[in-house]
Amino acid sequence: MPVNADFEGRSYPSTKPYGVSAAKIREFAEAVGSSDPVHVDRDVARARGYADVIAPPTFAVLIAQQCDRQLILDPEAGIDYSRVVHGEQKFVHHRPLTAGDSIVGTLHVDGVREAGGHAMVTTRTELATESGEPVCTATSTIVIRGGE
Amino acid sequence: MTDQTRATSGVRAFAGVAVGDELPPRTIHVDRARLVQYAGASLDRNRIHWDERFAKSVGLPDVIAHGMFTMGSAVTVVSDWVGDAGRVLEYGVRFTRPVVVPYEEGADIEVGGVVKALDKDKRRATIELSATSSGDKVLGKAIAVVQLD
Repeated sequence: MPVNADFEGRSYPSTKPYGVSAAKIREFAEAVGSSDPVHVDRDVARARGYADVIAPPTFAVLIAQQCDRQLILDPEAGIDYSRVVHGEQKFVHHRPLTAGDSIVGTLHVDGVREAGGHAMVTTRTELATESGEPVCTATSTIVIRGGE
Repeated sequence: MTDQTRATSGVRAFAGVAVGDELPPRTIHVDRARLVQYAGASLDRNRIHWDERFAKSVGLPDVIAHGMFTMGSAVTVVSDWVGDAGRVLEYGVRFTRPVVVPYEEGADIEVGGVVKALDKDKRRATIELSATSSGDKVLGKAIAVVQLD
């Protein structure tokens, strides 16, 4: 199997904090075409009860994929990144990611299995503020294509 | 004119929503420039998303869009319908086929959505999204849960 099956159940230490900025939120919102002013106008965001501008629903991937790299780049895992394909992605938001947040991610390898010569790895990244408030649970399944 | 389906907050009211309601569909155009923009914004700079020669060298038909671009742009159908992007509580997809993005004409992604279930106690709706490009279903099991007013 093109991945080390022993990695199932493994967790990694929390990452260094990622500072969520209004500028990155705007850039991401423009890139996915999310025109809701809540991403760019602090007054709109505050009128809706948020502390500052909030990120689009898939912005969390930016932080989660940085966490996933711990596994993908772990030599013991034996993953060839050029063979990695994104299979599934899910976000459960406990609250929106907001400008000014300082977010740490904790990566868990929830599942490693083989299907049709390919390996499928399911990871879960728990995103929380530095003080421990849960913000988002990002679950991802990557497929590592087997040899031809 | 007042839109009776919206509460004063601008967020869609639960009372005006029924199972089977269709969300306004949208055609999302994606070209190479957009993929470079998304690569920078998302920090996913994998060359298969902007370098045609590289993409073909690893067996792809052409440059393909980031799955996460498709996922992220498709959900605007949901967030615009709800009236606040912060009301998307859950969102998950399966990436079934790549969106192939040719140099000249780019690609179109056709996105639609339908209300599949309602939770009266929590005033939440479950939306199933559909997304196709060149006739291929590019997202599967695309489900969003939203908080209505």
